[in-house]
Amino acid sequence: MAGLFFSQIQGLDPLKSGEVLVAQNVFFTLIALVMILAALKMVTTENIVHAALYLVIVLAGAAGMFILLGAEFVAVTQILVYIGAIVVLFLFGIMLTKGSFGTEEGEFRERNRMAVLVGVLIVTVASGSFIDSFRNAELNREAPSTTAEIGDTIFGQFIIPFEAISVLLLAALIGSVVIARRDQ
Amino acid sequence: MIQLLAATTSSVTSIPLGITHEGNWFLQNAWLIPLIPALSFIGILFFGKRLPRGGSELGIAALVIVFLLSICTGFAWMDHRDNFDGEEINQSLISGEHGEHGEHGEHGEHGEHGEPSLAVVNTTTWFITGGVEFSVGTLVDGLAVMMLFVVTLVSLLVHIYSTDYVAGDRRFTHFFAFLSLFSASMLLLVISENTLQLLVSWELVGLCSFALIGHWWEEKDNSNAALKAFLTNRVGDMGLLIGVTILFFASGKLLPDTFGSFSIATTNALASSSLLPHSTLLIAACCLMAAVMSKSGQFFLHTWLPDAMAGPTPVSALIHAATMVVAGVFMIARLYGVFFEGFSIGGSSINLMALIGGFTTLVGACLAFVQRDIKKVLAYSTISQLGYMVMALGVGAWTAAMFHLFTHAFFKACLFLGSGSVAHSVHSFDMKSDMGGLRKKMPQTFRTFIIGSIALAGLPPFAGFWSKDEILAGTGGWGIMGGTNGNGSYTFMLVMGMITAALTAAYMTRCVYLTFFGEFRGHGNPHESGPRITIPLWILAVLAIFAGFLNLPKGFQLAPESLQERFGHYVEPVAGYFPKISHATPSWSLAIISTIVVIVGISLAWNYYFVKVEKASKESGQSLTELPGGLTTRLVLARMGHTLLVNKYYLDHLYTGIITRAVKEPIAELAYRTNQEILDRTVDTVGRTAVKIGQFNYHKIDQTVVDGFVNASGRMSSYSGEELRKIQSGKVQSYAAILFAAATILAGLLIVIV
Amino acid sequence: MLLNQFLILSAVLFSIGVYGVLTRRNGVMVLMSIELILNSVNINLVAFAAFREAIPGEVFALFVIAVAAAEVGVGLAMVLLLYRNRRNIDLAGIDSMKG
Repeated sequence: MAGLFFSQIQGLDPLKSGEVLVAQNVFFTLIALVMILAALKMVTTENIVHAALYLVIVLAGAAGMFILLGAEFVAVTQILVYIGAIVVLFLFGIMLTKGSFGTEEGEFRERNRMAVLVGVLIVTVASGSFIDSFRNAELNREAPSTTAEIGDTIFGQFIIPFEAISVLLLAALIGSVVIARRDQ
Repeated sequence: MIQLLAATTSSVTSIPLGITHEGNWFLQNAWLIPLIPALSFIGILFFGKRLPRGGSELGIAALVIVFLLSICTGFAWMDHRDNFDGEEINQSLISGEHGEHGEHGEHGEHGEHGEPSLAVVNTTTWFITGGVEFSVGTLVDGLAVMMLFVVTLVSLLVHIYSTDYVAGDRRFTHFFAFLSLFSASMLLLVISENTLQLLVSWELVGLCSFALIGHWWEEKDNSNAALKAFLTNRVGDMGLLIGVTILFFASGKLLPDTFGSFSIATTNALASSSLLPHSTLLIAACCLMAAVMSKSGQFFLHTWLPDAMAGPTPVSALIHAATMVVAGVFMIARLYGVFFEGFSIGGSSINLMALIGGFTTLVGACLAFVQRDIKKVLAYSTISQLGYMVMALGVGAWTAAMFHLFTHAFFKACLFLGSGSVAHSVHSFDMKSDMGGLRKKMPQTFRTFIIGSIALAGLPPFAGFWSKDEILAGTGGWGIMGGTNGNGSYTFMLVMGMITAALTAAYMTRCVYLTFFGEFRGHGNPHESGPRITIPLWILAVLAIFAGFLNLPKGFQLAPESLQERFGHYVEPVAGYFPKISHATPSWSLAIISTIVVIVGISLAWNYYFVKVEKASKESGQSLTELPGGLTTRLVLARMGHTLLVNKYYLDHLYTGIITRAVKEPIAELAYRTNQEILDRTVDTVGRTAVKIGQFNYHKIDQTVVDGFVNASGRMSSYSGEELRKIQSGKVQSYAAILFAAATILAGLLIVIV
Repeated sequence: MLLNQFLILSAVLFSIGVYGVLTRRNGVMVLMSIELILNSVNINLVAFAAFREAIPGEVFALFVIAVAAAEVGVGLAMVLLLYRNRRNIDLAGIDSMKG
């Protein structure tokens, strides 16, 4: 994978890629490599607490990607919500179901081949179609998006989806209480 | 405006659709009719449990309002049909190689059909995507008005009846909520302006049917019946989806500025004026026919309907007799242009629709003979009568089919509710073990049931006679017996109709005898049901007597001409969206012969049950249900026929035993059977011979060669079975893997192709 | 920077997530893999937002984060229920859909 990214960087038009752009590309490559490695470790490690920590690395990497893409508000939200809340929730889940698991054998190995096949298939089809459609499309954003713009869009154009999401969160809240509650 | 367009741009021509946007307030605002029960559904769902009568009052109130609205709509339509003089809407077309549609301007002016009728269409945009506007709206014409009346009336009566019948049920509120939802979706179905809306409401009524069949889902049989109904209907729904899609794109090819149209009026008008290619229409009609077969219980997708009787009886009366199951028939009538051209109905040759209908009507009538369960008798009778309607549509007798739908709704609902009243007091549906002699104990139910039975059997002057006779005349078989000037001469269908008429009369006689005559064979002390059950019964019984007079045949000497063919005049469209069908001339001779046939059917059954069985009962001192040494015990052929019927032609065995398993574990099953039946027998024979020849030979052949072969095939079968079973491991992640893989491969294919 | 490098990164992360969903027997691990999948989708959304200089892409990424939070809440509640009923959260043991 890394080779592919490097080749893309080298394939860039030297006139367009100024110093800033080179720095961005270097950061992208670094973060992407770390993310992929952490993700691979996460889905393969036996220790579930380690898996949660690897997930933190991936999520932080994604936040870095958002900053590279000029979406600072999303990056901040990513760190606040994902790393601050969701991962903690996961850790609680792990703690509450602790000792429930021995070793992962048998089925894990049996389905491994099929899962690898499915994964490779997805990467092939997706990247094939991406490369086919957006061959050398450049990202040349002038400036990062401001939080004000995002706020305007959410409370203007997307006010109904926003309200729907708030109802969804409420439903999820009540739903999880009902599901996890001990029956009397 | 559109005509102006046609005049200015020479490349665009237009055809009349037979619709208008103007009309009475009631005709314009028919959308209120499905809306009110829908609101009542929501109301019952949220507040039903807190209301003093558990939500039933909301449902009844909604239905009363809707019933009054549809009566007003009916009168508004009658006025509109005779007096409307507004502007007709034309549909502009891309003129291409189709040059021959100049004649359509004068549509509706030829003698027999009378003044053209303009359906009132009111649409609004649902959503726009990809440049195509999807509309939702109402199309009110005679057919829709008739269906509105039938659905609201039967639904209202069933609501009232249910307040007694399901009183004290633990899901009382749930029951009424779904009755309301059903009414809403059925009413939406009958006023659908486009096929997409038709499809949506079609699925909705199927969902309500599923929920109501499985009302008492705690019993495995009931939930199985609900699933069977739902899954069988899915088979047909696929056909509907494909058919609708075909028509969408086919009509879009002729319309400017769009690539498809769901509009029923446009599609029908294009089909009726032979602008759509015949092969397209044939394929679309065949696909839609699959939907009709599943929804309206046509042979060989009818097997769900008798099982659907597991639901509460009011549901059987409303959904599985009077309204939902006729949705298929209604759909044919609504898209008749497509079916008429697709199956070339005008041309005397036997088409798929007439064949399926004719076959179903016979098959259903035969099956009704051997049922012990009173509701199953009526269920098979419904299948048979639906077959009658489809057959009538298949021979071009559109009005006769719709008239039969109209009358059938009343007398079949009456019979079903009557059977429910009986079952309510004896706590069983089994005619042979728990009924008999109820005529004295339940006089009201008895009288209404008799009226319903006579109407179903088709004796004059009851409702069933008129509609059945019209269908028989419409087949146009045998010119000497009348039925001339029809859409062709379908002698075969006439014969099938006649046989069914005799069978219907006979099985209803049997049913009446087993239920109401003889001595009571059940336990307890049955008594007449309360007024909330008997009053709906009487209303339906009165309609079962008099509804037939709405469409007295043309030239019927005993009635003034102004009363003849009123139903046909108001219900049958004479418009651009309807094919030009011709009408058969009714005849006295055919009516007399069909009456004689019915009387023969009744008297044969009468002779068997009321004379012979009655006598045998007196002699033996107990209430018998059949002769001890009857036909089936004496004649081998009769017994075989009986067994075939009891097992419903083995269709269920075919579906679950062979087809389902063939999909599930094909090789294993086959190998297992071969192993068990053929090879094992071979082994036995060889073994016996071997014993005679000598021990040595026995060991040699059996143990090593044949046994080895048997064992090997057995191992093969179990191995292949195991391999196939692995796919269905029950492990969610394996399913997910298959899902992801399949989705990715499909996405890849899409990328490669597009 | 090219659009494609972000898209391919997200495709890779997506397939790793799918791999995790398909192979892990621990319920919590499956949920974590689903988070990975959702994150890769977010990268895609934001990349397209940057490519087309359109805000709605970022807004949808925010929505996805909110929905993911709801999903984790309900999902973990289900895992807890599973744990309470069976004393483990081994998905391999759940095969009541077996035919």
